[in-house]
Parts: sequence; C-alpha cells; structure tokens
Amino acid sequence: MSPLLAQVQIHERTEDTCVSDNGFCPDWIGDNFDRYVDPFFQHVVLTVVAVAIGFLIAFSLAVVAYRRRWLVNPITQITGVLYTIPSIAAFFLLLPITGRGFVTATVALVAYVLLIIFRNVLTGLDNVPDETKDAGRGMGLTDRQLLWRVEVPLALPEIMAGLRIAVTTTVGLATLAFFAGAGGLGEQIFADINFKSNVVTAGGLAVALAALLDGAILLVQRLITPWTRAAAAR
Amino acid sequence: MNISDSAQPPGPSARPHAATLEFREATKRYPGQTAPAVNELSLTVPAGDICVLVGPSGCGKTTAMRMVNRMIDITAGDILLDGHSVRERRPAELRREIGYAIQQIGLFPHLSVADNIGTVPRLLGWDRERIRARVDELLELVSLDPVETRSRYPAQLSGGQRQRVGVARALAVDPPLMLMDEPFGAIDPINRERLQNEFLRLQREIRKTVVFVTHDIDEAIKMGDRIAVLQQGGKLAQYAPPAELLMYPADPFVEDFVGADRALKRLALQRVRDVDLWKAPLVRAGEPIAEARAKLADSEVPYPLLVDDHGRPQGWLSDRALVGERVAKELRSRATPILELDDVLRDALSDLLADEAQYGPVVDERGAVTGVLSIEILSHALKTDPDEVPSGADAI
Repeated sequence: MSPLLAQVQIHERTEDTCVSDNGFCPDWIGDNFDRYVDPFFQHVVLTVVAVAIGFLIAFSLAVVAYRRRWLVNPITQITGVLYTIPSIAAFFLLLPITGRGFVTATVALVAYVLLIIFRNVLTGLDNVPDETKDAGRGMGLTDRQLLWRVEVPLALPEIMAGLRIAVTTTVGLATLAFFAGAGGLGEQIFADINFKSNVVTAGGLAVALAALLDGAILLVQRLITPWTRAAAAR
Repeated sequence: MNISDSAQPPGPSARPHAATLEFREATKRYPGQTAPAVNELSLTVPAGDICVLVGPSGCGKTTAMRMVNRMIDITAGDILLDGHSVRERRPAELRREIGYAIQQIGLFPHLSVADNIGTVPRLLGWDRERIRARVDELLELVSLDPVETRSRYPAQLSGGQRQRVGVARALAVDPPLMLMDEPFGAIDPINRERLQNEFLRLQREIRKTVVFVTHDIDEAIKMGDRIAVLQQGGKLAQYAPPAELLMYPADPFVEDFVGADRALKRLALQRVRDVDLWKAPLVRAGEPIAEARAKLADSEVPYPLLVDDHGRPQGWLSDRALVGERVAKELRSRATPILELDDVLRDALSDLLADEAQYGPVVDERGAVTGVLSIEILSHALKTDPDEVPSGADAI
C-alpha cells in the first residue's frame, strides 16, 4: 500500500518562490494545465459510466419492486449494505476479483449509487396519485402502458432528483478511484497533496465537473417535464 | 347497434350507439369478510337510460359500478353488456369500450388536455388527424373553447373545466356505456348544478347508457331515468323511476333515505308545462260584460284576469269591473306571481306561497297568458300516477 500513498513531487524545485513554497501560483497552473486534461476525462468517464450502469440496474429493480412490494425490503437492505461499505474498502475487496483498473473502480461506484437511485425511483412511482392510476386503468391501459405512459413520466421529477444526487456524490467518490488504479482527478490531488496550486486545480476541476453534470441533468429535467412549470405558473 | 335507439337523434359522432346493461345476481365477496360487498344484484338498464346507483356510504354502489368494467372482479353471478358477459372479455379491451369518469377526475397531469382526451383513441390506433378532429369536437360538446383549451395542462384549468375535460375524455371513442362515479361530487354547488344540467343536455344529444353513482338523493332524482337504491351489504332495496321511488318507496329504508320531503321532491320532477292548467278567464278593458261573464262561467278561476293587447297579465279584476255594459279597469289585486311554463312545480309552489296566492297566471315565452296554475292543481299533481310523470332527465 505504501507505494500507492507515496507522495510524489510533481513539481521541480525552482527559483520560483511561490512554487517552492507550495503556494497558489496562477502562472504555474497556466503552464501545467495540460497535465490535468487526461485525468479530468478519466473522471468524466468513470462518473458517467458508473451512474449510467447504476441507473439501469436500480431503475429496473425499482420497477420490479413497485409491482411486487415484498421485494422492496430485501432490495433496500442489500443496496443499503453496499451503500455503507466505504469505497476504499470496496476497492481493496474487489482487487483480488477484478484486479486493478477501471472495472474495479466502476463496480464499487455502481454499488454505491444503487440505493440512492432505487429509493428515488420507487418514491417517484409511489407518489403518482391513486386517482390518476385508477383513471388510467379504468380507461383500458394495460399495466405496462400505465407504467411507461403515466407512472414513469409522473415519477420523472423524483427520478431526476435521484440522478443528480448520484452524479454529484459519484464525482466526489471517483476522486478515490486511483486507489483501484483507475486514475481520475484524485490521482493528481494525491500526487502532491501539499502543493496548493495542484490541489486547487485538480479539486476545482472535480467541483466544476460535479456542477456541470448536475446542471446538465437539471436542464434535461426541465425539458422533459414541462407540465411541472405549468402547475407552478398558475 | 341496438334496434331501440334507431329512432333517437344521431349523436355527435357518426356511430350513435348505446348498450343494454344487465346485472344478473352479480355478487362481490371480499376474502375474509362474511358479508358480501354487493349481494346478488339484479337489474337491467335499458339502452340510452341513465341508471343512478344511490345509497349511504358502504352500500356497495361504487363496487357495483366497478364490477361492470372489471376494475373489481365479480365473485358470482354475471354482468351482461348487450347480452355478452363481461367476464369473457379481456379487462383492458373491455374498458376501452366503456367511458369512465370518477370524482377525482384523474386527468394525467403530464399530458395536455388534447392528449388526455386522445388517450383511448391512441390506444385504439386512430391516426393523428382523426384524434385531433375528435378532440376539438368533444371540447365543443362540453362547452370548452378548443383553441384556448387543447394545449393546456390540467393544472392550468379550473375545477369545472377539469370536470368537463374528464367527461370529454370518457366520451372520446363514443362508448356505448359510461360509468360515472360521483362525477360532480367535488364541485361547488353552483357549478355542480350547471354541470348536471349540461350533462343532461348532452345526454339528450348522445343518448348513452350511463351508470351514475352518487350518495345524494337529490342528484339521483335529478339525473336518473331509473334509480337503484342500495343499502348496507350491497342489497338492492328498490329499482324504479324517480317518481315511482318518491311515490311508492318499497320499504322503510327507502322511505327514510329519500327523505320526509319526498312529496315536495316529486314536484321537482315536473314542470308547469307538464300539468293540465286551468283555463284563464281573460278579459280586455272595454269588452262587453256578457262576454266576460261567459268566460268566467267557463273557468274554475273565480275572478276575471285583465290582459293587455298582447295578452300579458295586468291584474285580477274586482266585482265592480263587471258592472255596466263594458269591462272597467277596476283591479282587485296585481296578477302576482306570474309563472312560466319552464318552472318546476316546486318553484311554482314556492312562488305561490310567497305571494300568499291561491293561483297565478302562467305565461309563455312571449309573456302572454296561457293558463292558470293553482294550489289545487299542485295537490292533484302530487296524487298523479307515477307512470304519467316524466323522469327527471326528460323534464330538464
């Protein structure tokens, strides 16, 4: 473990007092920004892939459990356990099975977001008004038609809220993915954790990424749920 | 297509059609409960009639209605739609042929008014143009402006507008049968009255078979061609046209449920134009006394009624007016209250009582006197055989 955690000096000692003092040096950041580009995109891919897979699994589980209520408790408990395992522990537990790299990191991140998304999708479906479901069924919608044409669309605000939480927490957790050998902005941060310029740049990029993805989901939500604004405008 | 409605005026669509509905000892028993929710219910609703299921809460009226489109499964017995058992049908397909409107309306909040109304047509695979035309037609039918309404979301509508859209949605594919569960229950009294009248007007055009659930006996009397009174345990207490129900309640339960003022309620079933009015002794000022006396002798009314050149009532003449050769303008009293042909008898009675009058002139649309309504006629109307009394729906 020690090689992993070893601090590497990513900057050479120069005449520049700012850099040699581990300070916040805009000039240095400007000159060295390109070293953050690859880790940034690794981070993006990690987050998006993990949330996408997690969403597919959790959404399917929620839809299945919505009709078969007895499944709700077991699924909540299992995903709850996965949620509480510290990510670093998960990375190391998975190492013997999946080895070092992208897959290990993704599996751990997916396991983490399942509960968040599952609970939000289920809450969203449960909050669909009974009379809406009754009217839909009474008009002759089959269970499947009711689900896809009525229940899922009406659950979208909660589903999207769950996605936003999942994405922002995953951006944070992915900074630990380098423990599993998957790179990302975390690798840069820990490469020289004493150098303010480095930490601020890598950390700032992570925060910006979280805000960007969050905003993107919010934008999509506004586009696909126009009726929610119609209600508020009245 | 049912033979019996071939004589009815065509509805808004090209396919006027109403179904006959028959409950045949239909029973619903829930597991773990000894008493059935609906107990061997047998009744037939003729095509094009409004059948109101009414009763106190827990009487199984909603359950009985929901058994028709299999939202609730039948435990025993059967329900036949145009002679075919609903139990043999796939529920989703059956439901698409039956209009469904509920108290909470249940509009889809995420769909526009047009998409809400177009739900079942889309399920049935209608093309876009046909759905669009049908939506506009239905919106006009329920007194909403298509241009203004069709692209709104339900949250942007008032309660009454939502209710109208709910009815339009239930009528979308011109179903031969409509199920309506307290459709006007959540509306304030004034708008409720308006929606009831609108629906009765609409029903005169479209002539659907309707099963209408309510807990309100006044609404039942107003809306129903036939009323089924249910009591606790889903037992049918009486099934009869409103007038018969009010006149001959089958048992103390029905008598109690229709209320102590059931005689007065019967007066709400008839309009002034429905009863035989007294002939009015109409005289004009300057008319020969002999003619006036002849008219008076020919009428049950003891005093001559002075009218103007247009036949409008001026007042009751006093005895002094008939002294001499020509009728003088000597009034005993004003001709109040003046009643109209479209007044319901209950309102006419109320007007008479308010003016402390024994009788009042009845005027037509132009204001000319066509007859006289008296307390005596009203008391006679209360004794009339119910078969001669039109139902509430026809009287509106």
